[in-house]
Amino acid sequence: MSEAAVLLQFLNGLAGASSLFLVAAGLSLIFGVSRIVNFAHGSLYMLGMYLAVWLSARVGFWLSVPLAAAAVGAFGLLAEILLLRRIYRAPELLQLLATFALVLVIKDFALWAWGPEDLLGPRAPGLTGAVDIAGRRFPAYDLFLIALGPMVFVALHFLLSKTRWGILVRAATEDREMTGALGVNQRWLFTGVFMLGAALAGLGGALAIPREPANLELDLAVVSDAFVVVVVGGLGSIPGAFLAALLIAEIKAFCIGLGYSKLTLVAEFIVMAVVLVLRPWGLLGRRPAEARGTPNAALDFASAKIFLPLLVVLALIPVFSGGYALVLLTDVLVFALFAVSLHFLLGAGGMVSFGHAAYFGLGAYGAALLVLRAGLPMELALILGPLAAAAGAALFGWFCVRLSGIYLAMLTLAFAQIVWSIAFQWDGMTGGSNGLVGLWPASWLGSRGAYYGATLMLCALGIAALWRIVASPFGHALRSTRDSPLRAEAIGINVRAQQWTAFIVAGSFAGLAGSLYAFSKGSISPETLSVPRSVDALVMVLLGGVQSLAGPVWGAALFTWLEDSVSREVAYWRAAIGAVILLLVLAFPQGIAGLFKRLR
Amino acid sequence: MKYFIFVLLVLSAGVNAQTIKIGELNSYKVFAAFLEPYKKGMELALEEINAAGGVEGRKLELVVRDDGGTPGDAVRVAEELIVRERVHVLMGTFASNVGLAVANLANQRKILFLASEPLTDKIVWENGNRYTFRLRPSTYMQTAMLIPEAAKLNKRRWAIVYPNYEYGQSATASFKNLLAKAQPGVEFVAEQAPALGKIEAGAVVQALAEAKPDAIFSSLFAADLQKFVREGNTRGLFRNTVVLNLLAGEPEYLDPLKDETPQGWWVTGYPWSEIDTPEHKRFRDAYQKRWKDYPRQGSVVGYTAVYSVANAVRKAKSADTEKLVEALKGLQMQTPFGPIVWRALDHQSTMGAYVGQLSQKNGKGTMINWRYVDGASVQPSEREIRALRKE
Repeated sequence: MSEAAVLLQFLNGLAGASSLFLVAAGLSLIFGVSRIVNFAHGSLYMLGMYLAVWLSARVGFWLSVPLAAAAVGAFGLLAEILLLRRIYRAPELLQLLATFALVLVIKDFALWAWGPEDLLGPRAPGLTGAVDIAGRRFPAYDLFLIALGPMVFVALHFLLSKTRWGILVRAATEDREMTGALGVNQRWLFTGVFMLGAALAGLGGALAIPREPANLELDLAVVSDAFVVVVVGGLGSIPGAFLAALLIAEIKAFCIGLGYSKLTLVAEFIVMAVVLVLRPWGLLGRRPAEARGTPNAALDFASAKIFLPLLVVLALIPVFSGGYALVLLTDVLVFALFAVSLHFLLGAGGMVSFGHAAYFGLGAYGAALLVLRAGLPMELALILGPLAAAAGAALFGWFCVRLSGIYLAMLTLAFAQIVWSIAFQWDGMTGGSNGLVGLWPASWLGSRGAYYGATLMLCALGIAALWRIVASPFGHALRSTRDSPLRAEAIGINVRAQQWTAFIVAGSFAGLAGSLYAFSKGSISPETLSVPRSVDALVMVLLGGVQSLAGPVWGAALFTWLEDSVSREVAYWRAAIGAVILLLVLAFPQGIAGLFKRLR
Repeated sequence: MKYFIFVLLVLSAGVNAQTIKIGELNSYKVFAAFLEPYKKGMELALEEINAAGGVEGRKLELVVRDDGGTPGDAVRVAEELIVRERVHVLMGTFASNVGLAVANLANQRKILFLASEPLTDKIVWENGNRYTFRLRPSTYMQTAMLIPEAAKLNKRRWAIVYPNYEYGQSATASFKNLLAKAQPGVEFVAEQAPALGKIEAGAVVQALAEAKPDAIFSSLFAADLQKFVREGNTRGLFRNTVVLNLLAGEPEYLDPLKDETPQGWWVTGYPWSEIDTPEHKRFRDAYQKRWKDYPRQGSVVGYTAVYSVANAVRKAKSADTEKLVEALKGLQMQTPFGPIVWRALDHQSTMGAYVGQLSQKNGKGTMINWRYVDGASVQPSEREIRALRKE
């Protein structure tokens, strides 16, 4: 690269950093204060874009930007008051489920309101052209963005350090309980922060319209980028978010400038993995205060007993039906095992994984490669495939258990994305983005009934084994590390070894689910390793109820059945599923299993 | 007389029960911009066929499902169509990985699968099977259509930009391969492979400009294409550089560009307003009358896919899978783009595409200097295909 080219790519990186910072700053504020993993942050950004495109045709671009930001802020206000405020007392992470439902609803709303075609907004009046820099043309609007990012940063910094409201926000970020104990009204603090965060997301979206079209794929792409920035920077740290946005945007720009554009697929996740391994609380984050006095409630073992009679019923189904029920139930069983394995980490181990699909996919690819590349018989591949997942869990888990909370969760996500990108790019081995086909079961398992039977047996055994482990001395020790790592350590439990083992166990069973999945579909693709697959598992666990052993099974059954039936009957089926989840979240914050308990 | 009416009633009930069911699955929500017009095209064809009395005295019926956009869900949905709905034919799919997964299922369950949209070469070549047929011109075919124009430009230094997944990769590989043969001595000076839907357009445009190419081959589409065009316009990348862009002339991808539409790019696409052959005029008029909207590329694909099934049933005089497979091999039929043949060799239809240059008219993108390229004229040799299909 010539010097001029380096300069230009540096400026490109700065412009990218500004837009990244705007959306990440809001997310960081929201998480820092309310501990809400706001999955819908990307959707708020998308909403800002659509609103700005729509408004700019009416009032012009420059007026549309503040209006769109204000509208999205108002939407955030409503969402906080009507939805999130009702579930702050619910088990951890339930807010995540609620915001996931919002993602689905907002996506279909945008489709309904603005149609399926991408909407390319206007250029910014006054900044439509380019400026000559070092003999090259650089968009004037990008220069404006480069200036705006630091301005918003300074404004936020002033707000947080010089105003009373800002001081309260910082206090709550550092120690929420203590702030509450000192008599600060947390409700309005949370509401205000959520509104400000949403408005920042809307502003980021509105300012992006001269650079990219509003489209329906933005929500998840943006939220994952924003999360990476927030975590790399350190949760709740605005300077950290600024630094991380700069780092990631510049790395991407220079990957492209130097001809390594394929790396942009995972660049940010590699950065995140490296940063978290070296600095467990991000670049500028601080160790969060330990949450006090809220140990997780004991797991409800009684709810698991109902499964013995149910198992008999399930075993008899092939006698009555040879049809679609078997296909659907095979999916349900596979996802039930997958969800239970995640729950093993999350419920018993207290470790949230955002990247559990890594092990599901590794099991699937392990089995597929053993059949297609090593020529093993299918039965053997089905049993040995999960070893790939176990190996992956051993490797990633070793790093992950050195972190805690959301940092741990994001590191699992980073590893999952790295595995995904390898499967996605390694054409010769994994079939690249198309994946691998021709993975049917051996002929004696070839009929739908036979394969269903095998799936039922293996999934039931897997789930029973996981539950048995939770109830074993190992399980008790694991739960002690969840409830109080300090005390567990003091009575001689090796906390990290315990957690690491749990990772490997959970990974192996997720891998078994993946292997079963591969042969039930006859093909696999990188989608089995992708973020949506991880999110699905999380949704199943949360829907079912974290505090019950049986919860994830019910969650998997309900979610799979919903997807299947609603997508058949309703045109806007994503919004419909989102609405159902919202209703469930509001009515039964303890999950479906909690509902069962209440009925008894 | 009473007895006679009774027999008629029984017979007509029997006929009604024996509709020919097409199980159509597609990612309607994920790729809505392409698939909403596609669905309208299908419905138009269905109404026309049934108004004319159906096929072989039986009505056609579409059973439409959303496949969720993932291979795993698509396979489950296809199973539902096969087992519960007892459809005679599977049809549809958009993304290549979903298309391949359903093709693989069709082969296992021995049911005809008419893959209408997926572009991957593999679905009829490396992973081709007895039960899978594909309608649209593949990535390879559309790339090959642009090669004559590329060679005519006689530019030496080429840069390439493509979305980093199978479609973009195979378009790029085919382009380099074919152009090097057509124009020995050509150089490929830069390659950019941004992630699908996530192009950092400013940096990519900058990097391409630094390589000082004479021409650019791009297979970007949708949001990536729009970002690339706008950045390229602002930064002057296209002022002295000719661009060839697959698919950019399709209304789905061209229309959002409006006054940003770059002049002179060579593209494959569908100049719907300008094609005045009788078969296309008839289709366009019927479509506009039915839907009060103009047809997109997807409309033609959906419309032709339904007619393909109808014609196969007519030729087979049955909806039996094995008979349909044999009937489709070598089936000749009329489409809005002109006559096509379903090749027996690799189950690929010879439906072509329009190659032309982008231009602007009243602030909207259009195609000029276009011509129709028959899909039959852009195929590798029979020997090469047989080798790929491992026959």
